[in-house]
Formats: sequence, C-alpha cells, structure tokens
Amino acid sequence: MNLDYSVDELAFREGVRAFIAASLPKALAAKVHEGKRLTREDFVTWHRILAKKGWVAPGWPVEFGGPGWSAVQQHIFDEECSAAGAPVVLPFGVRMVAPVIQRFGNEEQKRHFLPRILSGEDWWCQGYSEPGAGSDLASLKTRAERQGDHYVVNGQKTWNTLGQWADWIFCLVRTATEGRPQEGISFLLIDMKSPGVTVRPIRMLDGEAEINEIWFEDVKVPVANRVGEENKGWTYAKFLLGHERTGIAGVGRSKRELKKLKEIARRERSGGRPLIEDARFRDRIAQAEIELIALEVTNLRVLAEEDTRRAPGPEASILKVRGSEIQQSLSELMMQAVGSYGLPYVPEELDAGWSGEAAGPEYAAPLAGLYFNMRKTSIYSGSNEIQKNIISQMILGL
Amino acid sequence: MDFSLAEERRLLQDTVRRFLANEYKFEKRRAIVSSPEGFSRDIWKQLADLGLLGLTMRDEDGGLAGDAFDTSIVMEAFGRALVVEPYVATVVLGAGIISDAGNAAQREAWLGPIAAGEKLLAFAHTEPAARYAPSFVETKARREGAGWKIDGFKSVVLNAANADAIIVSARASGNASDRDGISLFLVDRDAPGVSLRAYATQDGGHAADVKLSGVPVADDRRIGDAGAAIATIERALDRANAALCAEALGIIDALNEATLEYLKTRKQFGQPIGRFQALQHRMADMTIKAVEARSMAVVAAAGMGEKDATQRSRRVSAAKAFIGQASRFVGQQAIQLHGAIGVTDELIVSHWFKRLTTINATFGDADFHLARFSDLMLGEK
Repeated sequence: MNLDYSVDELAFREGVRAFIAASLPKALAAKVHEGKRLTREDFVTWHRILAKKGWVAPGWPVEFGGPGWSAVQQHIFDEECSAAGAPVVLPFGVRMVAPVIQRFGNEEQKRHFLPRILSGEDWWCQGYSEPGAGSDLASLKTRAERQGDHYVVNGQKTWNTLGQWADWIFCLVRTATEGRPQEGISFLLIDMKSPGVTVRPIRMLDGEAEINEIWFEDVKVPVANRVGEENKGWTYAKFLLGHERTGIAGVGRSKRELKKLKEIARRERSGGRPLIEDARFRDRIAQAEIELIALEVTNLRVLAEEDTRRAPGPEASILKVRGSEIQQSLSELMMQAVGSYGLPYVPEELDAGWSGEAAGPEYAAPLAGLYFNMRKTSIYSGSNEIQKNIISQMILGL
Repeated sequence: MDFSLAEERRLLQDTVRRFLANEYKFEKRRAIVSSPEGFSRDIWKQLADLGLLGLTMRDEDGGLAGDAFDTSIVMEAFGRALVVEPYVATVVLGAGIISDAGNAAQREAWLGPIAAGEKLLAFAHTEPAARYAPSFVETKARREGAGWKIDGFKSVVLNAANADAIIVSARASGNASDRDGISLFLVDRDAPGVSLRAYATQDGGHAADVKLSGVPVADDRRIGDAGAAIATIERALDRANAALCAEALGIIDALNEATLEYLKTRKQFGQPIGRFQALQHRMADMTIKAVEARSMAVVAAAGMGEKDATQRSRRVSAAKAFIGQASRFVGQQAIQLHGAIGVTDELIVSHWFKRLTTINATFGDADFHLARFSDLMLGEK
C-alpha cells in the first residue's frame, strides 16, 4: 500500500513532460491557460501533433494504434497535458465512437474509420439526445427506414457538441417500434455532408455556440455504415457511455484550475490585502482542494483496479458525479475571486490577439462564462441524478 | 502506487476481524462499557497476545515494526466493533511518543510492558484555552533542584484514570502559544499533586480533566529535549488523527451496510423503502462519501510516511477534515434512514453515530483541520 508513483511511472512522466514542452505550441498553451476561445484549427493542430507521436489515443489497444499504456500511465499523460495547457483531445472520435467500432464494427469499418480518427482527418460528433429524449434516451424517435442497401433517416438530434465542425456523426436511430424501446435502436455512422443534414447552432448561457441541433431530412445512409446488428444499438450505446466515464473525473483539468484559482487569489486584493490572506475565502479554496485530493486518490484506486482486473464498472459513476461537482465549484470560486469583475461581458476579449482595452484584470474575462458553462457538467453524459440511479441499482442493488 | 494489501496485512486484517467478531459482540461491549474500569483487561491482554499492542514499535524495542497502514487496519476493525479499550491513548499516542522521543531507559521501561499489555498510558496535552491548537500550552514546568515541578490543567484526557502514567506537556519558557519552550514529562498517575475529575464519554469511553498542582517530576522522566517537544507533539497528534480516520472509516462502512440492509428489508406503502428514489439517492450519496473517505484514510496513513513535517500535517489534516465531514453526513443520514429505530439506544447504529461524533471532536474537528490545511496554503510558493 503506497501512494507514490513508481520509478518507471516517474520516468514516464518526465518523458511525457519533455515531449509536451517541445511540441505544444506556446501560443496555443497560452490560449488554453487564459481561457481564450479555441478554433477548430487549435484542436486539430494538437491532435495531429499527438497522432504523429502515436499518443493521440492512449486508451486504444496496441493493434489499433494505441501506445499500450497502463491506466495509470494514461492518467499521468492526462495530468501532464492538462497542466501544460494542451487543448483536450475531443472525445467523440477517439474515446467514444472508436471503441464501439473496435468492439462491434466489421473489418471494413475498422480499416476505414479508425486510421482517419487517429490522424484527425475525420472530426466526429455525437447524435444521441433528442428534444424528447434526454435522460430517457431510449425514447428517441429519429427513424431509419431500410430501403435496399440504404437507410433513410428522418428526425432531430440536439445538444450536439461542436458538430458545426464535424465530418461525421454517430447516431442512435430507431429501426423498430415493437417491444421495449431499447430493443429497436441501431447505431449508424452518418456523413455530415450527406444531403438532408442541417446544423443549427444553439447559443448557450455563456453566449457561445458550443452545441447544435441537427436535422435529418430523408438522409440516405448506406447499410454498410451501421455498426453491429440492427436493433442492437442500445447495447453499443451503453458500452460507449461506460467508456466515456473513465476519463470524466477530469482530475488533470481540475488540478490546473485549482492552481489558477490560487494564482488569481494571490493577485486579487480585498481591503488592500491579497485575497488569499482572507481566511474565509482561502478556506473555500482549501475545501475544494481537499475534495479534489479525495477525487484524485479515488480515481487512482479505480485506475489501479482497471489495470489489474477488469473494465470500468459502476464506480465510474462516482467519478462522474464528484468530478463534475468539483469542476463546478472551482469555476465558481474563480469567478467569485474576481469579485465585481465577474460582471463585464466583453466577448471579444476571449479572442486571442484582441488588442482592445481589457475590462478589469486580463484573467477575469472568461471566468463568469466558464462558471455558467460548467453547469453542463452535472447534466451531460448521464446527469448526476442518472448516475445516482446507476449507483443505487448497480452497486447497491436497490 | 499500490492500493492492494500485502499478504501480512491481509493476515493482520483477518486476525483482528475474526477476534472481534468472536470476542467483541455488541452485547459484550455493553457489559464492558458499564464495568467499573470501563474497559476489559481481559480483552487488552488478548490484544497483546495477538501482537497488536507492539505492532508499530521497533524491532529492537520488541515490536513488529509496523507503520501507519498497519495501525489503520487495526483501527478500521476497531471502528466497526466499537472497541473502547485505550488503544489510541496507550499505543498510538503513548507508545508512539516514547518510540519517537524517549531515551533507551524510557523505551525499555515502558515499551515492553505496553506491548505485553501490562502498562497503560494517557497523553495530557489539550487545555481548555487551547481548544485544538497544538502549541498552546499554559501548564508550567519549573526547575526545582535536579527535577521539575508542574502546575496546570489538562482537559478531556483520554484514559487518564486507568493510566499508569500520564505524558504531560508543560512549558518552561515563552508565551502560551510559542512553539518553543514545551517539554514532555512522564507523570505517575498517583503522583502527589495529580488530581483527576474522571467521567464517561458520550461514545462509551472514559476521560478525565487532570489538575496538576506542584507535581514533582524527576528529570529522567522528561521525554526528549527540554523545550523542544512541539515536533514530537505534532507528530503524535497527526499519528492519532490518521488512526482516528481509519476508525471512522470502519464505522462509515458499517453504517452504510446496516442502512442498505434496512432499506432492503423495511417495508412501507407495501414495498421496501429502498424502492423510493429519494432514499436511493441519499444512499448513493452516502456510498460516494464512503468511497472517498477510504481514499482519504489512505492519504492520512501515507502522510505519516512523509519525512517533511509540513507535508505530513497537510495530508493528515486534509483527511481528518474530509472524514469529519463525511462522518457527519453518513452518521446523520444513517439515523434518518433508519427512522425512529435509529434514535434508540437498542440499535448499534446510534452507537456508531455517537462514536463518529466524538472522533470528529477529538484532536481537531473538521473545521480545525480545514483551517490548518488552509493556513498551510499561505506557505506555498
């Protein structure tokens, strides 16, 4: 029993750190650290750098191009990327659709799609939620009717993240209406350039357009783009959600945010003194930090089990709930730290290179927006209430 | 990084659990709690025979050279069984202080007999005006001839009445809250000038307020260098808190198991109450807290292995703060979910809850340790 990283793991961390220091463009890291708006190109740039090194898909099996890292090594990699200010590798291709294709796809699908996900050639997005199907995902209504060697897809997806930049979307569609709702769902891969696909951005509470509605109007999708069997898509969807939660504790990101929170609290003044000397505020940082330590060690315990035993289980729900709550509290504290300078809304300030006069300290501009934006974390990928249902049922047997 | 239990530790865990399951059933504990001494000399002797009293003493002192993780295993099991024997006072604090700072003669005089179950100790440090502040000591030690005279008052000293000797912190120089100037002395419980106001505690244990009036102490009863005891005291308190974290964890798990079982069996409105989502989510929250509390008990035990005292205290305080909060939540919710039966003396649930409550108030509650952790932030780069 010990909490220390092994000599090999420490050496691994040094190697990762050295690579990132040499490869991550400084301007890009600065944008991430300063909370500036990221472009499609920013994400793709970092994705391609990692792809060239063979590190873009740390969780993939070696046979598909993964680096063969242990779960702990993957965690170290995530920590180092976060600390350095690397943009996230978007999960939709690498961590969501790819494991489904690897597990349930046919040889042709693996041969065609996986290398393009690795290289960053294809940008993927997710088509799960619908206006009438949120937590009750299985009630989804987007229909796919078989016509010869095609499906014809009609319906609407929503809350689709960054689909405005996507080349492909993986969708849950209804292919049968008999039986339980879960039994008539199929998993389709749809080219976003297909005639009949319309993307409309949804403006969010922080003023940004991170998510979209997507309409499908008589969209023809080759049957060859169905993953696995018809009407078995729910199984694949559940597999995907299980996979999605393994990285969702967001420990690396939260450690970076905590560091930033402390920096802000040292620079801000309250009654002329550094805010961090205000015990009432500092205690709130301390509370968040202690909770983050508990999350980090819990995450490591789950990862260690994963390395020695089995696929991630319902424990992942605990990581999702606490990880999201801690991200939220850190963003809230950062906004609170800048006091009244949480008020100014100057969206241009979020563009890198904007040369206007800043409203308040330069670090203040993104913080209120970040706080607003982070409310999503307890809602997405299975709301925290759904996670507690999972804990009740899968862990506790209630 | 390794979260598995080594073979010897698994064996230790099995041994302690099996012993308590057989010899420390709840009804027997009731009898022990209401006995004149408030603990069982017979059980204590058996703990000695199992090697638990010398677990963390060095080889050369006749111990098993265990570390804080070994103590955690014992304390976690003690928590579930609600052991009232003075393990923290005698072994974790008393023997720990003598192991850390005692000279060869003191180690020989005390550690062997403690490991054999023949001697008991108490640690009289806390004072009413100090609350939990470790360096606040108003008790005075003044030189008199070749020895010392001690005057002062110590509050809520665990196991004081049953101890053969009480380790007393006293100040020979400086102001009440100075870090320098504090010494530790082994004072016989029945030495002249020592008077006790002994009482039961809410959790079935025993403690006393200790008044010291011109108590003569020979200089060879001083533990460690004169005036330089604060590092030993802080280490001892951290060690006790790490042990208490593990004890609380054992209780948290026990409460969750009992509550889950109750949710599955208690029927209302024609179904097990665990079918109701309001209660399911409460139970899920209690489970999350328990999983995280286990992580923090590891943090505390690992913290005791830190060479740097600040890093050690930081980790232990993080754990004690978190586990104090988790204990309060799980304890209160376990009572709530049991309903009226939860507020009776009959069920062990209320006894677990009371022990969690007293653990939190012992050697610094969650607020104190949060503040201590928070204050250490000011020293970060």
